[in-house]
Amino acid sequence: MTSVPHRFTLLQRLLHWLMAACIVAMLFIGAGMVSTVAPKYLPLVSLHKTLGVILLGLVVIRLALRLYYPAPPLPADLPWPMKLAAKLSHQALYGLMIVMPLLGVSMLWAADYPVVLYGGVQIPALLPQSDRLHTLLWNAHFYLAFAFFALVLLHLAAALFHALIRRDGVFETISPLPLRDEAAAAE
Amino acid sequence: MNPLRNPGRSGLGSLALIAAVLGGGAAAFAYTTGWLSPQRLTPDKMVEALTPPGGVPPGHRKNHAKGICFTGVFEANGNGATLSRAKVFEPGRHSALGRFNLGTPNPDAADATVRVRGMGLLIAAADGQEWRMAMISPPVFPASTPQAFHSLLLATASKDPGAMKAFASANPEFAAFADWAKTAPWTGSYAEEPYNSLNSFIFTDGTGVEHAVRWSLVPAAQPVPVSQADLEKRGADFLEQEIRERVRTAGPQRWTMVVTVADPGDPTADPSKIWPQGRRTVSVGTLVVQRIEPERDGPCRDINFDPTVLPPGISVSDDPFPAARSSVYRKSYDLRTAEAKDYPRTEAAKP
Repeated sequence: MTSVPHRFTLLQRLLHWLMAACIVAMLFIGAGMVSTVAPKYLPLVSLHKTLGVILLGLVVIRLALRLYYPAPPLPADLPWPMKLAAKLSHQALYGLMIVMPLLGVSMLWAADYPVVLYGGVQIPALLPQSDRLHTLLWNAHFYLAFAFFALVLLHLAAALFHALIRRDGVFETISPLPLRDEAAAAE
Repeated sequence: MNPLRNPGRSGLGSLALIAAVLGGGAAAFAYTTGWLSPQRLTPDKMVEALTPPGGVPPGHRKNHAKGICFTGVFEANGNGATLSRAKVFEPGRHSALGRFNLGTPNPDAADATVRVRGMGLLIAAADGQEWRMAMISPPVFPASTPQAFHSLLLATASKDPGAMKAFASANPEFAAFADWAKTAPWTGSYAEEPYNSLNSFIFTDGTGVEHAVRWSLVPAAQPVPVSQADLEKRGADFLEQEIRERVRTAGPQRWTMVVTVADPGDPTADPSKIWPQGRRTVSVGTLVVQRIEPERDGPCRDINFDPTVLPPGISVSDDPFPAARSSVYRKSYDLRTAEAKDYPRTEAAKP
């Protein structure tokens, strides 16, 4: 085993794709639920809250894994602005993954809504009702969701750029599939 | 063979693919937000339709804007446990917090000008489970669906003299409500009004059996009919003054909570349809209103009486209104908390 890995660990890759699917779902559920008065509003809200709390748990595990295992290095020939963009966008994604569920649950507390998840699990309130705080948290949760979606699209564009145009192995570091040479070696 | 490593794909084709993925993602998101669907009934549109053409003072609820807080207890007699396993039906006293209100978006409306009176109520069990509800005095709702209610709001605000007639003929269910509004006696007190859930909910008992129900708070005080003309002489805020005075001099005011259980086939999805006579009713307890407080700085001010905040043992039915009300009430709460600096918080602030 070399000290410099060429891919993320299997657990990290699985977590990445599981969370990616959930985060995209969360953004769409959130955008859909606040723009409807139809009966689906209630199950969407329930799902949004439940999935949000699950994602908060997952990102803690993910961050611990990320700090424990060294990340595969970016290609040496990648121009420095792209390296910087990669670093900053990943930090922003991690930040949003942590902050969004906290903002979501806090804004419910600040509105004196009981936070009840799917299956009747209730989370006790850690904040008192506050108009000002509720407005601040609500605005942050709402506008950051659009920033989050934009960042997800940017991340996807960069992934496709690495996979299809540069073909520099960056996409393969997180790809859920075994690498071609690994698959061949296993035979 | 990994297709991503296929060297045959042109750079231009890859760029087009990336652009298509991004454009498709952004378009799907825009569709979900409703930006591409002007026909979709959103909570924002409902609030907009509730707002009268001249606007209303900011910082208040977007409907049922005028009200007064109360606190008290809900004394459950235990009969409700045959219908629902919710803790609030276990015999005993559960804390109650509520708000008498008027069905108007104008917080300064004169009391005698508003036909519909309401009560927001929050009953909390000892373990913190909450049951919130918002009930009104008419025995039927004026519209069958949230869409029809939106049309009613638009017709009411319309300058076209034929708008209401057109609404009533397109929505014949409106007749029952209109008849109530025209013929039911007015009273001079919040304490003499019944407050009805109108919406149907599902009660689930301890064995898992579900019962479709509606409920009413039936006043202990005897209603005394008063003409609207006489009420108009009593001043703009007579209801608030009267209830404060009544509780101060006559003591706590009471309502019996009567739950009506649907028979199979009863119209649970339509609050404009009264269920036939003779349905099983269960008196589950008594609401005791012990103390009246002004809304400004009162305990009900910061509460959204969202009728979908329900304890285990109570859930929504196929009635589409609770979900719509929850969505719109949240919008109202988000707006009024953002406008909180405009809300007259203390007595001193009132001109």
